[in-house]
Amino acid sequence: MSRLPVKKTYKLFIGGAFPRSESGRTFLADGQNVALASRKDARDAVRAARGAFARWSGTTAYNRGQVLYRLAERMEARSSDLAAVAGGRDEVERSIDRVVWYAGWADKLAQALGGANAVAGPYFNFTIPEPTGVVATIAPDEPPLEGLVSRILPALVSGNAVVAVASETSPLAAIELAEAIATSDMPGGALNILTGRRSELAPILAGHADVNAIDLTGANGDVAELERLAAGNVKRVVRGMPAGESLWEIEPLVEMKTVWHPVGV
Amino acid sequence: MEQATSPTRQVEPFEPFEPRLTRIGAVDAVALEARAADLAKRSIKRGSKLEALDLIVRMIDLTTLEGADTPGKVAALCAKAVRPDPVDTSVPSVAAVCVYPTLAGEARRRLDGAPVHVASVATAFPSGQSPIALKAAEARAAVELGADEVDMVIDRGAFLSGRHAEVFDQIVKVREACAPAHLKVILETGELGTYDAVRRASLLAMAAGADFIKTSTGKISPAATLPVTLCMLEAIRDVHVETGRVVGMKPAGGIRHSKQAIQYLCVLHETLGRDWLTPQRFRFGASSLLNDVLMQIRSHKTGVYETPDRFTVD
Repeated sequence: MSRLPVKKTYKLFIGGAFPRSESGRTFLADGQNVALASRKDARDAVRAARGAFARWSGTTAYNRGQVLYRLAERMEARSSDLAAVAGGRDEVERSIDRVVWYAGWADKLAQALGGANAVAGPYFNFTIPEPTGVVATIAPDEPPLEGLVSRILPALVSGNAVVAVASETSPLAAIELAEAIATSDMPGGALNILTGRRSELAPILAGHADVNAIDLTGANGDVAELERLAAGNVKRVVRGMPAGESLWEIEPLVEMKTVWHPVGV
Repeated sequence: MEQATSPTRQVEPFEPFEPRLTRIGAVDAVALEARAADLAKRSIKRGSKLEALDLIVRMIDLTTLEGADTPGKVAALCAKAVRPDPVDTSVPSVAAVCVYPTLAGEARRRLDGAPVHVASVATAFPSGQSPIALKAAEARAAVELGADEVDMVIDRGAFLSGRHAEVFDQIVKVREACAPAHLKVILETGELGTYDAVRRASLLAMAAGADFIKTSTGKISPAATLPVTLCMLEAIRDVHVETGRVVGMKPAGGIRHSKQAIQYLCVLHETLGRDWLTPQRFRFGASSLLNDVLMQIRSHKTGVYETPDRFTVD
């Protein structure tokens, strides 16, 4: 007997939920109608990220690694769905491996980036990395899944909350990834994904005073204007590898805190 | 919804409650909630929004009602009440500062000469479960300490067990004790259970001489909601149509975002018209709402979304 298959509606991922754009708009991408996020959606996503930041950054490093590892598990379980909307099975496998690679860094960051410093006085002096806060990520168009994963994982692993703008040309992979995130124990709002026009969303996120850092790896065109907007609240501006893994992708999105503690007290 | 039957008939404002019982009527809960939800969807244009935000600031009773309140905290609150946004002098002062009676004196000293009222809760806030003599004395003391507005709570225990006349008499006594201060009567709608009871309590409070009726203490959830506010506004409208008497409204508790506050203004405007869009007739009992409104005002002026980091933590 034939049946009518239930088709997926591609929506945004904000605060752990899958809302349509508040504007009601959609755009056509990969033959599907995909939600076209508005500036209000971007603001809502930042609010959700700010709300989740305390909880996500407050989890122990070990636990954060476990949650990210579970994200890899969930992606593995959905790998055929992901492969259908991303650049094939190879890209999916590279993406899953990248999540695991970054998940492992969660409880090793402090040792690798921070340390005990020798100072000329009777003090213990040590430096520890802390998450920057809310990070806006403009993901590259290509590769759609690996590019997004390679940009958001370095931000998430140290405890940042992320608002990501997905690939404009192939946004379906990002929403498929959101399905995996929604069942991964990550607190709702720690990662939010917007689909839509980069030219519309990037300036809003770059100017938003409650965003602490912006990753412009995927931005093209007038990047100088985005940097000018980011200067309004002295945002950290980051550019990194569109696809790749390195401890030095994590490092730009942490703030180093140095503590002086008197010896013998 | 009950309609006023004879607008021409003059009724004394202090007419006893009992003869009015027949005109109380029943509230259509489904229609009330549908209308409130519908009004909440109004889209507000940019220019009107700025005007609304300015009005909201002027309508706020900036409130702190905690056991841990200190004169220092009240002093900080008063400074904020007078000049909510220190870097933008075009933002007006709020309507009043609302505190416990023991801190009314401190608030009065800090607000001396400022266009901000001092409101004090009284009458065994938040329960209202205390002998009437003590409650009246507390209201009197609040006024002597410097309050020019008194927020009293009704005794919900008496109201819910049907002793309406007792509630009425108590409001009258407190009204006498705190004169000439402005009297706001808190119904604590979250404990009344039904819209019928809310309407009944609203009419009772107005008949007993309330200058304002107020939804909640903020200590009980649910506090102010849009349908409950609409229900009370309709009671105010009916009294106004019938007697010409003007009573104010104060939703309190749970209003944290500008968007919500604007929805209240929509409901107010659609129910009572422009005459009520003034701090003399409408107030918001709130604390965290003010920062959100300040953020929205600044965002409107600068064009970028703001961060709470740039505003004082009360």
